[in-house]
Amino acid sequence: MDNDNDAAPSRRHLLKCSAWAGTGVAWAMLGGVPRAFALDGPARAPDELKLLFVQLSDSHIGFNKAANPEPVKTLNEAKAKIRALPKTPQLILHTGDITHLSRPDEFDTAAQILGDLPAPVRYVPGEHDILDEGAGKAYLDRYGKGTKGNGWYSFDMAGVHFIALVNVFDFKPGQEASLGADQLAWLKDDLRAVSHSTPVVVYTHIPLWDIYAPWGWGTSDSEVTVAMLRPYGSVTVLNGHIHQIQQKVEGNITFHTARGTAYPQPAPGAADSPGPLVVPPEQLRSYLGVSDISVRRGRHPLAIHDATLSEM
Amino acid sequence: MLKSLMFAAGLAAAAAPVAAAPAGHTVTVDIKNFMFMPMTVTIAEGETVTWTNRDQIPHTVAEKNKLFRSAALDTGDTYSHTFDKAGTYDYFCTLHPQMFAHVVVTPAAKKK
Repeated sequence: MDNDNDAAPSRRHLLKCSAWAGTGVAWAMLGGVPRAFALDGPARAPDELKLLFVQLSDSHIGFNKAANPEPVKTLNEAKAKIRALPKTPQLILHTGDITHLSRPDEFDTAAQILGDLPAPVRYVPGEHDILDEGAGKAYLDRYGKGTKGNGWYSFDMAGVHFIALVNVFDFKPGQEASLGADQLAWLKDDLRAVSHSTPVVVYTHIPLWDIYAPWGWGTSDSEVTVAMLRPYGSVTVLNGHIHQIQQKVEGNITFHTARGTAYPQPAPGAADSPGPLVVPPEQLRSYLGVSDISVRRGRHPLAIHDATLSEM
Repeated sequence: MLKSLMFAAGLAAAAAPVAAAPAGHTVTVDIKNFMFMPMTVTIAEGETVTWTNRDQIPHTVAEKNKLFRSAALDTGDTYSHTFDKAGTYDYFCTLHPQMFAHVVVTPAAKKK
């Protein structure tokens, strides 16, 4: 069955992720993208960069409260950050909550800001992007072309299989978000053609692992989803929604949530509610940021590098 | 397990004594700190509930069987619904499904 037995054992250790975050993140610090490989083994020759892509999340264009009255400005700063990367990324992923209230002018503003990035932007919706009267029509009219169901899709780039999942539709009272049977059936079918040695990147808005259920920070059918991904040697799951970095490594699967570009939220359970966290204005940009992810030729980890907007 | 705990909390709230609204009045529910407050309101047939969002994040008011559903309520926005039929209505926020609450509508006294 598994046609890459020889590759599997060594891939167990592939997913080592890094955070360079000015605010004291608890996981291994691996430096920036150009340096990510250096810590992997100083005696080895530098590796060829195969693919560099960026994750943007939670822009919340339209938000105007104390936690950040200027999300347009901070999204523009995030764009400047992407432009200033030492290497031009080939792809940008936006993991949802592009807008705050799904209003046409909010979508327009976001599209205008993100329209002249140096690489194509691929989206998944957040729950804030489907608040229009058509319950998602505004998002799907704009970004749903060529996608399935409520906007899920997959594609290949530089030998990596990307899977965009949608978990912000059909919420049920008292329950966490879900992907739903149709999407899971599609995913099963989609993975059929992907060899276990292919690096897989899954991205969706709400975390695909239980971070804090009382705040809805998880997906109810994530376990069956993750089970489908377990045979793969290198899986990276990228989420947004919670406006802060959280990471978990489980076998060959690395789960990672990115900072947003609009406003911070409290750590799980650290406040009465997950509402916007107001921080002193001079500290705001150390809570916001973008992540870039590099894939290198050979058996190396996908290095995730989180940078705050204060590191300009 | 969490889910059942949450529902248990909801049932406990539903069982607590709740004052019925005076006839003809509109009952108000505040949405604050990702909660509907009070969690259960009891009204008579034909009365109205008005919800006001006091959070800095949008919320919605959505009956679980889609009998009524507000648009996204931004800070300070209100939504009203008039209940013409007796019964218990369970509703939630479609952005934050962990937020759910109830409206109990009692039959109106028959006019002589």
